[in-house]
Amino acid sequence: MITLTHYLIVSALLFAISVAGIFLNRKNILILLMCIELLLLSVNLNFVAFSHFMNNLDGQVFVFFILTVAAAESAIGLAILVTIFRNRRSINVEDLHSLKG
Amino acid sequence: MFEQILFYWFTAVLLLAAIGVVVARNPVYSALSLILAFFTMTALWLLMEAEFLAIALILVYVGAVMVLFLFVIMMLDLKIVEREGFMRYLPIGLGVAGMVALEMIMVLQRSNFDAERYIAPDAPADFNNAEALGELLYTHYLYPFEIAAVVLLVAVIAAILLTLRKRDASDQPAKTQDIDQQVRVKREDRVRLVKMKSE
Repeated sequence: MITLTHYLIVSALLFAISVAGIFLNRKNILILLMCIELLLLSVNLNFVAFSHFMNNLDGQVFVFFILTVAAAESAIGLAILVTIFRNRRSINVEDLHSLKG
Repeated sequence: MFEQILFYWFTAVLLLAAIGVVVARNPVYSALSLILAFFTMTALWLLMEAEFLAIALILVYVGAVMVLFLFVIMMLDLKIVEREGFMRYLPIGLGVAGMVALEMIMVLQRSNFDAERYIAPDAPADFNNAEALGELLYTHYLYPFEIAAVVLLVAVIAAILLTLRKRDASDQPAKTQDIDQQVRVKREDRVRLVKMKSE
């Protein structure tokens, strides 16, 4: 019998993996964006699981809005990435230090 | 029993794909693993009878967002980025991730959280997830729904404006208003009085 706890543990493990990804790939903005997508996905799994097991559709509506905002976020993030690459020929986070005093 | 096999299989694939996103050296492999992760997540959502969101995840994420990611990766033409610091940050990364996972799982233990008292009710055979979701979305959540549409519009305009190429030497973005010039315009520039005989 698969219970709510199973899904919540999967979501916790996915969240932990993507947090580790943000630590390990902190030089590459592209992979950082992908790790943020994974993070949002694990949160969405939480919402869907609670929505299913508590028989309440509001959670799924919220996932819908999170998907919308995450799509907008990644579109703007990638646009910023393209602009950075065009100006600096690199997407290494280390090279973005012009605001450093 | 069958449901359990499906659940554990999809969970294993999901977690392996997530690890693949994190450790792949080539960003294209990362993006492809992320697509696999989205697909298996869709399967998990289907197990929980969230059909509409499952289809929406495939259409929006695999069909649009991940294609955008792959497009950007190929357009930027990145060399395989050297990952200085990957090994150096491996211990602290694994430590933090392990601690996060451990703490969450400890909170979810039966004695503390007791999530298992929620038993999913059996939906009637003619239950339509998309219809129920649509009814909720277009009545109770109508105003947030409209705001989500505006958010998407803003994102489209922002993405286009950010990546608009400047036109050669004039340093003007293509097709834009020059407000200075518009304000400075005089009557003589625009209106011409012509004297002519009446016919």
